[in-house]
Amino acid sequence: MSWPALYTQLVGANRHSTSLGKIWLSVLFIFRVLVLVVAAESVWGDEQSDFICNTLQPGCENVCYDQFFPVSHIRLWCLQLVFVSTPTLLVAMYVSYRNHKDKKRLLNKGQDEELETLKKRRLPIAGALWWTYACSLVFRLLFEAGFMYALYVVYDGFQMPRLVQCDQWPCPNLVDCFISRPTEKTIFTVFMATASSICMVLNMAELAYLVAKKKIIV
Amino acid sequence: MNWGFLESVLSGVNKYSTVIGRIWLSVVFLFRILVYVAAAEQVWKDEQKDFVCNTQQPGCENACFDHFFPISQVRLWALQLIMVSTPSLLVALHVAYREHREAKLKRKLYQDKGSIDGGLFCTYTVSLVFKTAFEVGSLLAFYFLYNGFEVPILLQCSESPCPNTVDCFIGKATEKKIFLYIMGCTSILCIALNFVELMYIVWKQLWKLFSKRYIPVNQKPPSHTNKIFFFNLLSIFKNMLYNFL
Repeated sequence: MSWPALYTQLVGANRHSTSLGKIWLSVLFIFRVLVLVVAAESVWGDEQSDFICNTLQPGCENVCYDQFFPVSHIRLWCLQLVFVSTPTLLVAMYVSYRNHKDKKRLLNKGQDEELETLKKRRLPIAGALWWTYACSLVFRLLFEAGFMYALYVVYDGFQMPRLVQCDQWPCPNLVDCFISRPTEKTIFTVFMATASSICMVLNMAELAYLVAKKKIIV
Repeated sequence: MNWGFLESVLSGVNKYSTVIGRIWLSVVFLFRILVYVAAAEQVWKDEQKDFVCNTQQPGCENACFDHFFPISQVRLWALQLIMVSTPSLLVALHVAYREHREAKLKRKLYQDKGSIDGGLFCTYTVSLVFKTAFEVGSLLAFYFLYNGFEVPILLQCSESPCPNTVDCFIGKATEKKIFLYIMGCTSILCIALNFVELMYIVWKQLWKLFSKRYIPVNQKPPSHTNKIFFFNLLSIFKNMLYNFL
């Protein structure tokens, strides 16, 4: 599967979301997936080959790289995007289940409504769909926050240092190791963190809107 | 590797699956294929270049890499994904065969070509069993080839032409371990889903068969529970046989 296929899946579910949800999807794909695809090869492509340590000891660079980069930023963002997109598929699954139930109900009544016309209508966000949608928003928020926190903890902030000092075996004593393109990596990290925060704010606003709508109706 | 082709083929099978089958398909697409293509392939990209041994002996690194990685973990993962996705095609083939029969005899043979009953029920069960077997098989292969999902940072190698024992270091060991754990967990999740789906369709089929077997009150034979039980069992087998042919 690639990102365009994921986009088609999410756009299908998008029909039933609020306008904030539609904005969220655009922010997700333009500012995060597209930037990730662009940044991945060009900025992080040579992260291990250009990680140079001031030593001739074989194996020292591997060990130091492994110590300072247990998971690459790119992989963390990729996993974050996959997990953040999954709750929307919950909504899509519920909508298709509703369509099938309605089709069976109409068939029993004697009206043979085509599944295609049922698929084209837009369900109002009420009842069970409201709860599914609210749950999906909560999960999205949790995943976003979780991954941001993981990135912060693993890399001690969002800044990439130029020099790291390593004394893992087999490096002799203390060895200076230099990271490739630290400033560019810092810029992209801050950009992705900002986009992630914007998405979180959008999700919280959408949740507040849904709750307010439910209270007004009830 | 053109995963898009595999995806388009599998999406076609989606029509004839149960609800759990569709969830299985989404898990495979989203958590396995997407993660593999977007992340895992890149982690293992330079695995041989980053495999460094503490020796100047030419050929030693090659020999050691070949000894420790007869097949790369990421290739084993790809093979697992392909093998696990293909049994679903059996179901699509069977439905196509049913359509072919109807077209040949030019009359309606089946009430619903896609409903899981009779021969299609067996094909579906067989495909589920094969899927589970392939999953378990690949997990076992990982376990025996690589001693579980451990990726040690240091390996000691004494293959010829390496002099004595040589320290060799793997690149990105922790990241590889994380992705192998992700692969293992999604594999176990898919095994669980297959198992649940198998229980579900077997139960549904048994329910269908049992609910068809009723004996009207005025024709009830003398109460001997064993006789009724065997009578029911025999009629179930007869029914299954007729549904096959």
